[in-house]
Amino acid sequence: MTLAEGVQLVAFGILVLMMVGSALGVVLLENIVYSAFLLGGVFISMAGMYILLNAGFVAAAQILVYVGAVNVLILFGIMLVNKRQPFAPVSQAWIGKVATGGVCAGLFSLLTASVLNTPWAISSETPIGEQAIVEIGKHFFTDYLLPFELASVLLLMALIGAIVLARREFIPDTEPGEPETEALQLPERPRELVSSTPVGDGDR
Amino acid sequence: MNQGIDLQGSFVRLLTELGLPSGAAKALWLPLPMVVILIGATVSIFVTVWLERKISAAAQQRIGPEYVGPLGTLQAAADGIKLLFKEDITPAKADPILFTLGPAIVVIPVFLSYLIVPFGQNMVITDIGVGIFLWIALSSIAPIGLLMAGYSSNNKYSLLGGLRAAAQSISYEIPMALAVLAVVLMSNSLSTIDIVNQQSGYGILGWNVWRQPAGFLIFWIAALAECERLPFDLPEAEEELVAGYQTEYTGMKFGLFYVGSYVNLVLSALIVSILYLGGWEFPVSVSWIADLIGVSETTPWFQVIAASLGIMMTLFKAYALVFLAILLRWTVPRVRIDQLLDFGWKFLLPVSLVNLLLTAGLKLAFPVAFGG
Repeated sequence: MTLAEGVQLVAFGILVLMMVGSALGVVLLENIVYSAFLLGGVFISMAGMYILLNAGFVAAAQILVYVGAVNVLILFGIMLVNKRQPFAPVSQAWIGKVATGGVCAGLFSLLTASVLNTPWAISSETPIGEQAIVEIGKHFFTDYLLPFELASVLLLMALIGAIVLARREFIPDTEPGEPETEALQLPERPRELVSSTPVGDGDR
Repeated sequence: MNQGIDLQGSFVRLLTELGLPSGAAKALWLPLPMVVILIGATVSIFVTVWLERKISAAAQQRIGPEYVGPLGTLQAAADGIKLLFKEDITPAKADPILFTLGPAIVVIPVFLSYLIVPFGQNMVITDIGVGIFLWIALSSIAPIGLLMAGYSSNNKYSLLGGLRAAAQSISYEIPMALAVLAVVLMSNSLSTIDIVNQQSGYGILGWNVWRQPAGFLIFWIAALAECERLPFDLPEAEEELVAGYQTEYTGMKFGLFYVGSYVNLVLSALIVSILYLGGWEFPVSVSWIADLIGVSETTPWFQVIAASLGIMMTLFKAYALVFLAILLRWTVPRVRIDQLLDFGWKFLLPVSLVNLLLTAGLKLAFPVAFGG
């Protein structure tokens, strides 16, 4: 065994342990913040797998998109929402748990069966390595043009949707004569109350 | 093309001549550049801290550190030793695991990014194809560590600071990546070595800063914001947030944040000098110098001198930028958080998009000047 093969084997073992361990943690831990951080661990170990598979660009993109953007946004969401609700115990919750367990076990067995039955055609060609970026670019603009453009349009829609949501004027449901409560005034910018104020109330 | 000196080749050849198998010789070579770069990065902290103290003193008409070593050069070492001996406190009700992991996650990607910083034709740990993209990807990990530190401290100022830091680095990453993309468009490669080589040949006139003035400014502003340097040090704005996510940290955990911020500053300066200021290139072209003194470019002694001067050039450019950053810190007031986000999203992002579009157009129109 050469040095490179040994390093690959050890790195593979460490990455598998990291990935499976943190994925189990994401599912099993009670604290949602721990789960979110461990999700980052899963993504990082996946990037490591891509590096082992000679796909450096995909690995870097994985870190940039999943760790740097998706995971940070998940954490942001968790940390900005500070709604504490007491957990209401559901009667006969075990039915749901058993059903979830059954579905998960079924999925697992299905995936295991398909993994074991698929004749994996491992390519014997030498990996192109550094030229991969060029190849990916060519594929994007030839035979994968439609999925690429569709993904761009989807992202554009999400972008516009986010802007529309962020610019939404928040109008509380108050009666015309009723004074506004202070809690509703704080979070949004002061606005002109032209329509809701009685005539002659002045120049607000 | 001048291939420079091949240190790895000579080292492996030397050891194989001494009777080692070539695999073992390569394995012995592997850790050497990493250790050298790690030591270099650590020493750069000392230099930068000393510069910061001295320049800030000069800006405020003080003397600055004077007694610790000649001209106060050992002040940073004294600071470090003080931090080492401080009690390591974990606040009550803080989350001890995340509290410890946070600083480490901030620091590790910064040091890892030195993988792709070239100091010469072969003076780089690894010339990987994704090069500069790896740096962008790695620098996007740091917000997770900041959020972790902010969340686990059990302190509202820390949490606010962590959230601000994450928001800031997400916002400024996009204009920065677009500015890098414009440079990559011109050099047809993500590799840092290729980016520098594309700027070589015409001395100072060939540097990217002339072809990408807007990109240079955008990148520099975004890099300052990524390093949380003033005027963008919102996450630790002491008037509002005590010290942001660092509030509850003491001892070496605080030291890690400190180290991370200074190493990140030097790293950003190095990257700016590579992307826009020609990396290890001289203000006059090397082949012109070689012609002037009448030696061939491939003469061994000339190559050694040129390579060591190249390292000096890279460091000189980087430290000139560090000087600029420090001067900015002590002259420019801090912006507000809404101004910061407005500036990032409503000004830098459109400008960098236009810059990218212009670069693409100019590349099609003038392929000679813009790397066809």
